[in-house]
Amino acid sequence: MKRRDLLTSAGAVGFAGLTGVAGCAAPAPLPTRAQVVVIGGGFGGATAARYVRLLSQQRIEVVMIEPQPRFVSCPGSNGVLGGTRTLDALTLSYDALTSRHGVRWVRDEASAIDAARKQVTLGSGATIGYDKLVLSPGIELMFDEVDGLRRAHDDGRVLQAWKAGPETLALRRQLEAMPDGGVFAITVPESPYRCPPGPYERACVVAAYFRRAKPRSKLLVLDANPDVVSKPALFKAAWRDLYPGIVEYRPQHKVIGVDAAAGLLRIELQDAVRADVLNVLPPMRAGALAVKSGLANAVNRWCRVNFIDFGSSVAPDVHVLGDAIQIAPGMPKSAHMANAQAKVAAAAIVAQLSGVAVDAHPMLTNTCYSFVDETNAIHVASVHEYVAAESTFKPVAGAGGVSAQRNEAEGAYAAAWARNIWADTLGT
Amino acid sequence: MSLQHPAWLALALAWTAGGTFAAPAPTADELALRSLAATCAACHGTDGRPPAGSAIAGLGGRDRDDLLARLIGFRDGTRAGTVMPQLAKGYTPDQLSQLAGWFAAQAR
Repeated sequence: MKRRDLLTSAGAVGFAGLTGVAGCAAPAPLPTRAQVVVIGGGFGGATAARYVRLLSQQRIEVVMIEPQPRFVSCPGSNGVLGGTRTLDALTLSYDALTSRHGVRWVRDEASAIDAARKQVTLGSGATIGYDKLVLSPGIELMFDEVDGLRRAHDDGRVLQAWKAGPETLALRRQLEAMPDGGVFAITVPESPYRCPPGPYERACVVAAYFRRAKPRSKLLVLDANPDVVSKPALFKAAWRDLYPGIVEYRPQHKVIGVDAAAGLLRIELQDAVRADVLNVLPPMRAGALAVKSGLANAVNRWCRVNFIDFGSSVAPDVHVLGDAIQIAPGMPKSAHMANAQAKVAAAAIVAQLSGVAVDAHPMLTNTCYSFVDETNAIHVASVHEYVAAESTFKPVAGAGGVSAQRNEAEGAYAAAWARNIWADTLGT
Repeated sequence: MSLQHPAWLALALAWTAGGTFAAPAPTADELALRSLAATCAACHGTDGRPPAGSAIAGLGGRDRDDLLARLIGFRDGTRAGTVMPQLAKGYTPDQLSQLAGWFAAQAR
């Protein structure tokens, strides 16, 4: 019965794929079911969609549900704030996924998951059944964890710009409007959060902009953590060497309240801090759909998975990827890691739907580059292997590390990394 | 599984052709090797083919022995680099050998 279903639906999507290639103008009807449905077109979801197609030699049909018209890369978006990149250069098409790789893209939001009936409900009210669901919902910013932040954010006065897009441009405009001699404050939430080095890279590239354009300005990094979370020695060296008198780092500064009109940040057990431009990053958790669906079963924030195939620990045939998961030891919430996880999950899904054994020893790599000025970059790298005895991924001992020092060669590699992972993720 | 086995080469060619014909379903070993090779793809491009002009080297279609010598050199510390000396230490010599064989069989 199940095999018959698979064959029937495979034929249906084969037809849909052909019409897409032929450039047929009439919109194809919404699929009512697919072997694999992917929710989310970010680094995790898009990679999973692409690699299920690739690894199954295009035999397994994939529907990707993503409401945004284009992919916007968070990696690189600090460069927009620093004035060295445009958001357009980080905005990419999903066309290759659909036309070249036969992924069926449904441009809508997934509003509900019924894991028992193996069915996803869309914003339009339509439903799509699945054999395997990949959920890569990204993060939700928990604005209500910081008093006054939701209103200040909704009013456009205190921005996050942590999800790259219009807010990135809006924060850039705030920085441009800030007078020379002003103060910009970035606040870092308690770990884990999306992109561990991101806040510190942001401090570097915005400080580089200040150094060029408004050198009497100051930049405060208010960190809820006891120390810089990623590449601490390298970031502190950059602040000390490149931005003396501009960047000031304050550990153990957890923001608990915002007064946008007065430009004040209230800090737990510390004096309040005043700044002209406030960039408050609140605590984060798995994307809202994961929480609403009961999949965020680790402290109601992150989704526990069985790491062998990234299957949810509570919902059979639901695979959760990327920043939304409860991480294994040493595993960052990064674009590169989401891409790597997606390939492990895609291979497992192809194996399971093909009736062959899932790889017993999957591997993951991670490399995160950060710019510390216009051209110099630093990296952190790691290799992770699945350890069956502990049912988790662990960093391989003796592997991984950080840059010896900031350098321009890694600035060039950072730019190449971005282009290459975009191509790997989107199939261009 | 031997990488020199003719059946394996045929499979590698089938992958290279883009799977546009009805090939047999992948076996567990093939999927596992493909998955291992995919850990290189974020930086080096899907199947080891990065976009044109990439500052990061392509791996597809390279000489197997040369590729393996470089990987082993990164692993044992005799070859300098930025990221690769740190990543190569995360793989066993046998895995590096499998990777070199797989990428050598891909199109450039």
